[in-house]
Formats: sequence, C-alpha cells, structure tokens
Amino acid sequence: MAYVEKDEVRVSADEASQELSNQTTRSTPLISSLLRIWWEQAGMLVVFFAVFVGCALFVENFFSRVNMISLMLAISTLGMVACTMLFCLASGDFDLSIGSVVAFSGVLAAVVINRTGNVALGITCAIAAAGAVGLFNGIVIAKFGINALIATLATMQIARGLAFIISGGRAVGVSQESFFLLGNSSLWGIPTPVWITLACFVLFGFLLRQTTFGRNTLAIGGNREAAHLAGIAVDRTKIIIFTTQGLMAGLAGIVLASRMTSGQPNVSEGFELQVISACVLGGISLTGGVGNIGCVIAGVLIMGTVQNAMNLMSVPTFYQRIVTGVILLSAVLFDRLRQHQSRA
Amino acid sequence: MNAFLQFEHISKTFPGVQALGDVSFSVSEGNVHALVGENGAGKSTLLKILSGASAPSAGCVRVAGTERRFASSAEAIRAGVAVIHQELQLAPDLSVAENIYLGNLPARIGILNRKQLRADAQRQLQRLGEDIDPFTPIRQLSMAQRQMVEIAKALARGAKILAFDEPTSSLSSREVQRLFAIIRELQRANHVILYVSHRLDEIFSLCDSATVLRDGRHVQTFTDLKTVSSDMLVNSMVGRNIADVFQYQARAHGAMALELVGVSSRSLPKPASFGVKQGEIVGLFGLVGAGRSELMRLLYGAERMRTGTVHICGEPVVIRSPADAIRKGLMFCPEDRKQHGIVAVRSVLENINMSARRIHSHAGVLINERWERANANRQIRQLGIRTPSPRQLMRNLSGGNQQKAILARWLSEKIKVILLDEPTRGIDVGAKSEVYSIIFDLARQGVGVVIASSDLPEALGICDRLLIMRHGEIVGELAREQASEAAALRLALPAGESVGARQCAEGEVNGLR
Repeated sequence: MAYVEKDEVRVSADEASQELSNQTTRSTPLISSLLRIWWEQAGMLVVFFAVFVGCALFVENFFSRVNMISLMLAISTLGMVACTMLFCLASGDFDLSIGSVVAFSGVLAAVVINRTGNVALGITCAIAAAGAVGLFNGIVIAKFGINALIATLATMQIARGLAFIISGGRAVGVSQESFFLLGNSSLWGIPTPVWITLACFVLFGFLLRQTTFGRNTLAIGGNREAAHLAGIAVDRTKIIIFTTQGLMAGLAGIVLASRMTSGQPNVSEGFELQVISACVLGGISLTGGVGNIGCVIAGVLIMGTVQNAMNLMSVPTFYQRIVTGVILLSAVLFDRLRQHQSRA
Repeated sequence: MNAFLQFEHISKTFPGVQALGDVSFSVSEGNVHALVGENGAGKSTLLKILSGASAPSAGCVRVAGTERRFASSAEAIRAGVAVIHQELQLAPDLSVAENIYLGNLPARIGILNRKQLRADAQRQLQRLGEDIDPFTPIRQLSMAQRQMVEIAKALARGAKILAFDEPTSSLSSREVQRLFAIIRELQRANHVILYVSHRLDEIFSLCDSATVLRDGRHVQTFTDLKTVSSDMLVNSMVGRNIADVFQYQARAHGAMALELVGVSSRSLPKPASFGVKQGEIVGLFGLVGAGRSELMRLLYGAERMRTGTVHICGEPVVIRSPADAIRKGLMFCPEDRKQHGIVAVRSVLENINMSARRIHSHAGVLINERWERANANRQIRQLGIRTPSPRQLMRNLSGGNQQKAILARWLSEKIKVILLDEPTRGIDVGAKSEVYSIIFDLARQGVGVVIASSDLPEALGICDRLLIMRHGEIVGELAREQASEAAALRLALPAGESVGARQCAEGEVNGLR
C-alpha cells in the first residue's frame, strides 16, 4: 500500500471494468481485481477493522461508550503529532525530539499561566517555544546539512532538560481552571482533543495532497537532488516541515497538560518512537517520497486499539511493550509481502 | 572443441523495455570470446545474468553442460563464474589479502589466521606477477593494481569462467599490455574468457571469437576472428547508417539567447565565455573530466559562480539557484538521470509537473488538478512517452521514456535556453532519435540549446557548432562545416600526449559507440 496512490488505483479500477466488459462471461477477473485494488488501497484500514471487530466481540467492556471515548482520547495526542511526522517521513527525515517537546511545552504553559494568570499568554508562549525548537531543528538539518537523527537527538535532550529546569523537576499544577477546558470539555459528546485531532487529519491530509508544499515534500523525499535541480526550494520546505512538527508537538503538549491539569516534565518518554511506529504501521516508508494521511490514520487507530484492549484485559505493562514490538514488526513484514505480491 | 559455457535463448524484459531477446552462443575452454555492441546493446544485461545479479526472463545458462540458474552472485561464484566489473567491487578500506579472501578468510574457531592469509594472498598475487604487500589497503592501489586484486580474488575462488567488462577503460597502454599477458596466461590454463569491450584494436589482438549484440538481439557470432575484417564487425554492430539517427536539419538563428562572459567557479577556475543564439544547437565536447558538466551546473546555479556575467536574451541575469535559473528561462537536464533527474517513487505526472506547477497553482499554493492532468496528458502525447497511465510510477519507465519525461518537465515551462548534459546516455537507439527530434523541435521554436556530449559522432551529428573543452577550459570552436572527428579530438586531447594515446583515444571515439 505504501507505494500505491489513490489515483493510480482509480486508473486500474477503470482498466478492471474495461476488462470486465471484454470478458463478460467470466466474472472472476473482476472480483479478484476489485478485491486486489481494495486490498492494496485500504489494506491497513481493513486490518484495523478486523482488530476493532475482534476486540468488540471478545474484549469485555471494549465497545462501551465510556471506553470508546477513552480510546479516542488516548489516540488523540498520537494522532496530532503523527500528522506532522507524516511530512517529516515523506520528506525522507524524521524527528526524535517531539516527545521532549511535548513535555517542555506543557510545563512551559503551566509555569507561564501560574506566573501571569493569563491562559492565552501561556498557551501562546508554549506553542511559540515549541515552534522555535522545530525551527532550530529545521535550520540545523537543512542549512548545515546535519543528519536528522543527530540533530533531533540533540534537541530531544535539550528540550527535556529545559522542561526539567523550568519545572524544577516536579509536576507544575495549574491554578487557572479555564485552562482545563481545552482537554476536558466536549462537543456533541466527543472530547475537544478528539475534534482537534480530526481537524488535523483533514488539514494535513489536504496539505499533503492538494498543495504545492505537500507535493514538494514528497518530491524531496523521493529524490532530494532532483527536487533541488527542478527548482524546488528544498531547504525552505524542510524548515517549514520541522517548524510545523514543533508547533504540533507544542499543541499536543498543551492539550496533554490541560487533560492532566498540570505540566509534567517527565511525560511522553519514548513518544517519538510511538509516533514513528504508528506511521510505519500504517504503511509509510522510512525512505521517503511515499505516504498519505490514510496510512497515518490506520496506523494510529491500530496502535491505539491494541493498547486499549490490552489495558482492558489488564495485560501487565511490561508485556504490552513486547506485544507492541511484535505488532510493529509483523506489520512491516506483512506490508513487504503485500508489495511483492502486487509487483509480481 | 566442446562448448564449456553456453547461453541458450536468453531473454530479459524490464517493465517497458526488452533488454535481451533470444541470445544464444557458446564459448569453449581456452577461448577468449569478445562480446561487442553499441551502448545499450545488452552486453551488461547479459553479464548480469551470467553473474547471478539478475535472472533471465527466458532461456538458461549452461556451464559444462549443466543447466544453471544463478539466484545470486554467490551461486555463480560457486559454479566457477566470476565477472570483473568496470567499477571494481572491492572494499576500499580492507587490505588486499582480506579482499581476495573476503567471505572465505582462513580462520580457526572464528579467529583470523593472519599468517596463513598473508601466505595465501601472496601466492595468488605472485601467480599474476604482482608484487604488492598483501596487507596494503585497497585505497592505496592504482586502478591497474586493483584490477589484479579482483582477478586474484576470482582465481582464489576457483573461477573457471572469467568475464571482463570494459577492463581497459581506466588503464594506461602499458597496463593494458600486462592485462593482456595475464588474460593469455589464463587462456593457456584453459580458462573460459568473456571479454566485453568497444575497442576494436583490443578485440582483434586478444580474442579468438566474437558475438555481436544490437538492441538486445543476437546479430552474429564469428567463430574465428582471424577471418573477419574490422569493417565486417563494425557493420554487424551498427547495422544502420548513423546519419539516419540524427536527421539533422539546418535552421535560421536569431538573436543571442545565452551569453556568458568570464564565468568561473571553484571547480572551473579558468573563465569561460561563449554565446548561443536562439534556435542554435551548440555542443560542448571534451574528454571525461574536461569540465562540461561543471560548466552547465555553474550556469544553472547548482554551483556558486565566482566571476563573470550572464545574459539571457539580452538581459543581464543573476542566478544563485536552480529556481532562479528556471524563472529566467534557463533549464537543465542533468547527466545522471537516476541520481539527479527523476523522482523514481513518484508518478510520471508528478515528475512532469514538478517545476511548472508553481505557475499554474491557485494563489501559488493549491494544486491546479485540471492543469496538472491536462499538461501531463499533452506532454505524454506530444513527446511520445510510453506509459500505461500518467499515474504510473516513474521507476517503471524505460530510460528513454524517463529522459523524455524530464524534457517534458522543461517543455511545461517558458523555456529560452536549455542545457542538456549527455541527454542520450544509456537509452536505446530508437529513443535516441526521438530525443534528437525533440531537440530539433525546440531549436526550431527559437530555444538556444547547449548539449554536452562525450559521444563525438552524436555531437557532430546534431550540433550547429562545437565548443571543445579541455582541463576545464574552452580551447576551441568548430563550425559544423569545419567540424570533423580528427579536428575535434586534436583540440580535446591534452597537448604533449603521446601519439599512441591519441590513437587510442581516437580508436575509442571512432570505435563505435
């Protein structure tokens, strides 16, 4: 699925229907090719539905209203940041600093709100500071040509350090109640963070598909040098990608702090790897140039559902990690297998 | 004589292109067999099949009568087949000895036996008359020495069949003589030698028999080269009149399209000046490393300009990046299509619209889907790009169609000058003549065209004027009427080079590309 785009599939669907009109007597080619197209197109979403139905049938309390909402909430932070990680991966890079930036932004918001009593100011400062970390990543990677692994590994440490310093190493409880609205209110029965995540899916899906920025991102990931020689502003695009990644991590940090009613410097350890895992699980290639928002959604949903089900079945946390690792590995193997099939 | 190595009805198809069709011939023990043909004739594909790097779509290889299907290079090596590639496959930081016994190092319970390694490697090298310390890193060796290491490596693995792919391309004439002596030695030791080269003099002095490939087809096998004249071999390789491929047409030239004065950069320190008129096709010819690509990249803003001024259609322009160049109407097709030209994992449509979409997008941001589809379809139709759909991934197209897609990228722009760096490298003959006709069309529309080529017949065949480069400098100019291979080479070859080398290079250029 990673290498197949929607439109390509649409074309082969046309071909398939032509094939049918040529051979009306034989119905198998149509059905099998339609199945194949559907499979290539929506493979991971199919897997998600299978997992979801399985959980609903066999895990007690899974398909209850309360659990559905807590599932959506659990996914929301992951989903938000995965949207911008999609751009990083599509451009052939990745960002390891986001977990620390989430913590840093939550703590900073809490501290500023407590000092000034102004919620809007706190939120603005936190998002701006997170954006600055992203901008810094982007400049170091694009302009100085430092490998993204190294650059974001460094900012991961720096941002985490800053989070501990400004919080004094402890959770910072927020005194202004209006700050809690962001994470704990809901609209039409669905929590606000979920709405934000849905908006992000729509926005970033649109950006990748329908704007020159998105298409340039994919071209850069596919072949950076060719993109540069075709007149694409490679450095600027990369800086924008990392800056939005920082801004999104900042937003996610604030939503998380609001849900927890405090800024905590030690949250989201290993979050970056969860986000990258979710994207890869959905079928996004680490080599760049390929990807769409559908992959992200599928990956995030599968990851969240499995974790939620394990919690309900009270699988011990240590075992959950093993399960997550096995799922990631088998998803990637499975995807490779599928690609070999569709190529043959 | 019984055939030791047999190719039986070998075919190989890639998406969109047939690289080999029904190739059959055989080579017996103690025989040096030449494999000849133009670029893209299928020689390297055949070697890949022999070495196990790729599998034939049909047919098989027989070694000593047994049918073999090598699934990997390791299997080919076990069966006694070694291919000495043009780009040698040695690990540069490991020692000579380690390279010779790579994957097969003498060791006891996993611990390397350095003493035995040294002795074994020394023995292998002495067989070839090489006197290198076995623990020298490959990095410190000359190309000729590396080649000897590669041969030693093949023999150490018990190779019976050795295939050489253009082995003399980076050797001096003395080194060539040594290599030949070794090949003759191997021949006496009853090895089977397959020798790929486009240098006819080498083939006639070394080989006993020859197989000619053209456009992936087996044309002819000469079992005794002594009875064959050089003309006979050439005719069977080319099989057509070269002028037919180019279809040169004279055009009227307009005002200056591109003019540069005293342009230099770090990699091109000597200032270059020349002009190209609208509708004119100017060739940049020179040997490898003469600075053609560097000059083009510099003009295109891919490298920093140190001094000099550039005018496009009479207007002074400052170009700091490829994006600047494109906005000013100056386009560039790079030499290395895979690395610098195409985005293999994106569609043909994406590749065509990559650059020009910024002009047609809504508010400079939103993709104009209707234009994108219309433009891609128009370009695919007009340039005859063979693809099942605009959404086909670029990597599934043949080299010629990929090149046409890159040209389509620039034809979607408002184009005043185009720089083409080796536009027909590695594409088949049919696609070549299509590319030439696109170039002539562009020139007729008043575009100034600059073509860098190391293929002299091509440069002479399509250009109105040739600029000759040598050591990063433009050293001469030849109008079409006065241009000849001899005149161009006299300028392109370094002064003071021995007559032998000159003949050798002439042989290379005449020698049937």
